Amino acid sequence: MNPLYASRRRRNVITMGLSFGATIFGLGWLVLILGTLLWEGFSGLSPRVFIEMTPPPGSAGGLLNAILGSLVLTGLAVLFGTPIGILAGTYMAEYGRHAKLSSVVRFVNDILLSAPSIVVGLFIYEVMVYPMGHFSGWAGAVALAVIVVPVVVRTTEDMLTLVPDSLREAAASIGLPRSLMIMRIAYRAAKAGMVTGVLLAVARISGETAPLLFTALNNQFWSTNLNAPMASLPVVIFQFALSPYKDWQALAWTGALIITFAVLALSISARALSSTRKQS
Amino acid sequence: MQPAGRRTVVDLALQPGAIRADEAMARSRALAKLKLSDIAFRHVTRGAAVFVLLLLGGVIISLIIGATPALSKFGLGFLVSERWNPVTENFGALAPIYGTLVTSLIAMVIAVPIGLFIAMFLTELCPMWLRRPIGIAIELLAGIPSIIYGIWGLFVFAPFLQSTLQPFLIATFGEVPVLSTLFAGPPYGIGMLTAGLILAIMVLPFVTSISRDVFEAVPPVLKEAAYGLGCTTWEVVRYVVLPYTRVGVIGGVMLGLGRALGETMAVTFVIGNAHKVSASLIAPGTTISATIANEFTEAVGDIYTSSLIALGLILFVITFIVLALARYLLLRIERRIG
Repeated sequence: MNPLYASRRRRNVITMGLSFGATIFGLGWLVLILGTLLWEGFSGLSPRVFIEMTPPPGSAGGLLNAILGSLVLTGLAVLFGTPIGILAGTYMAEYGRHAKLSSVVRFVNDILLSAPSIVVGLFIYEVMVYPMGHFSGWAGAVALAVIVVPVVVRTTEDMLTLVPDSLREAAASIGLPRSLMIMRIAYRAAKAGMVTGVLLAVARISGETAPLLFTALNNQFWSTNLNAPMASLPVVIFQFALSPYKDWQALAWTGALIITFAVLALSISARALSSTRKQS
Repeated sequence: MQPAGRRTVVDLALQPGAIRADEAMARSRALAKLKLSDIAFRHVTRGAAVFVLLLLGGVIISLIIGATPALSKFGLGFLVSERWNPVTENFGALAPIYGTLVTSLIAMVIAVPIGLFIAMFLTELCPMWLRRPIGIAIELLAGIPSIIYGIWGLFVFAPFLQSTLQPFLIATFGEVPVLSTLFAGPPYGIGMLTAGLILAIMVLPFVTSISRDVFEAVPPVLKEAAYGLGCTTWEVVRYVVLPYTRVGVIGGVMLGLGRALGETMAVTFVIGNAHKVSASLIAPGTTISATIANEFTEAVGDIYTSSLIALGLILFVITFIVLALARYLLLRIERRIG
C-alpha cells in the first residue's frame, strides 16, 4: 500500500477513535453524576423529607420549608418575569422586527441571558435588600425574575418569528386590529414554543443558588412571610453540604437528588413539547 | 346581528342600506376603543423591550455605585494588589482575577477539543437515529444545576483527584523544570485544577451544541466534493468543515468561556478560597464569583462590601466583553448561513 495513503488512513482511524472516545467521555460524566446522586440521595428519600422542617444539626428532619420556599420563589419569579419577557419578545417579533431598538434589545438580552447569575444577586442586593435594610423573599423572587426575563424574551421572539406571515395578513385582511391579531392569532400559533420557553426558564431558575445567597438568604423555619428571609432548596443544599455534620450532608444529597430530577424532568418535557430544536 | 361568542361585540361591519344614528354611534365608539387598545398594546410591548435595556443599565449602574467607595479608596491599585485583609480593610483583586482566568483557561483547554470531537462524532459518524438522543444527553449536562456539580465535586471528584491524579502529576512532573512549579505542593484535592476540571464538564455542552449546529450548517455539496476527491472523514472535517465554520466555532467557544468565567456555585465548593496567587495549579485559590459567594453575607463595613461589589463589576466587565465578542462572531456566521 502507498505509505502516504496508509498514514492518512491511520490518522483518520485515530481521530475517529478520539471522537468516539470524546462522546463516551461526555456521556460518562452524565451517568457518573446522576449515578452518584441516586446512590447518595436515594437512601435518604422518605416521606419525612417532604413533611418535616430542616433540622438543627444532630437531629433528624426534612426539607419541607426549603421545598416550599423554592416553589414560592420560583412561582413569583415566573409571575413577574414572564409577562415582561413575552411583551418584549412580542415587540421585537411583531412591531419592530427591523427596528434599531430591536437589534439593540436582542444584543442586550443575549448578554443578560449568559451574564453571571451572582452579578444579578449583587444588583438586587443594591436596589432592594440594601434600601429595605433586610434580606427578603421578595428580593429573591425579583432576582430570579431578572433571570427569567431574557429566557422568555428569546423564545417568544424566536417562536413568533416562526409564525407564517400569511396568517397575519389573513387576519389583517378581515380588519382585525394588530393587537388583537397578535393576541388571538400569533400567540395561539406560537403557544407551544412560548410555553417551552417558560418551562426552560423554570428549569433554569429552580437550581439557581448564587442570586439567592444575599437576597432571600435562608431560613431555618417555616415561613411564608415574603418580607423575611426565606429558605430555598439550593441554598439549603449549599449550607448543609459545606457543614461538618453527617445528617446535614445526607439531607443535602437528598435535596440535590430532588432538585436535579425535577429540573431534568422539566427540561425534557420542554423539549418534548417543542419539536423545534433548542436555541443556544 | 350579534354573533354568538363569549363576549357581546358591536357589529362593526357596514350594513347595506341606511343605519340608525345610535348604531353609527356605537360603531364609532367601538372602533375608537379598538384603536386606543391597539396603540396601548403597542406601547406596552415597546415599554417591555425598553425595560430589558433598563435592566442591563440598572445592573451596570448599581454595580458602579456600589463599587465606588472601594475603587476611590484603592484606585487602580485594586486591580494589581494581592492583599485581601478584612481586619485592616485592605483589599486587592489580583488573586480572584488570577484564579478566575486560570480556572477558565483550564476548562477551555480541556472542553474545546473534546467538544469539537463530540460535535464531529454527532455530525459525521453517528448513525442518524442516535444523533438526537446523544445530543440531548450531552445538553442535559448543561441542565444540571451548578450546585450539583459543586456538591459532587466536593464529595466525589476532589477526593478522587487527591488520591489518583494529583499524586501522579506531582510524581511525574516533580523533577521537570517548568512543570514542577505548576504541580508543586501537597495534593489537597480541592484547588484550581479541580475547579478547572469541573468547569470543563460544565462548559462542554455549550461548546458541543454550538459546534454541532454550525457543523450541520455546512452545505453538503462542499463535503461531498471533498469526499469525491477521496478525502478521509478527518480530512473533510479538518480542511472543509472547520475552515468554513471557524467563526461560529470561536463564537461558541467564547460563549462557553463566558459561562466558565461567571460560574459560581460549582467553583465555590472546590476552589479552597485562598486569597493568594500561586503558580501551582493544584494549590487552593479563589475566583471572583467564589469570593463574593463566600464572603458577601459576612462582610462587615462599607469598604469590605464595596470591594466585593467592585469584584462583581470586574467580573461583569470581563464577561460582557467576552459575550459581546461571542455574539458578534455568531451573528456574522448566522448572516452568512441565513
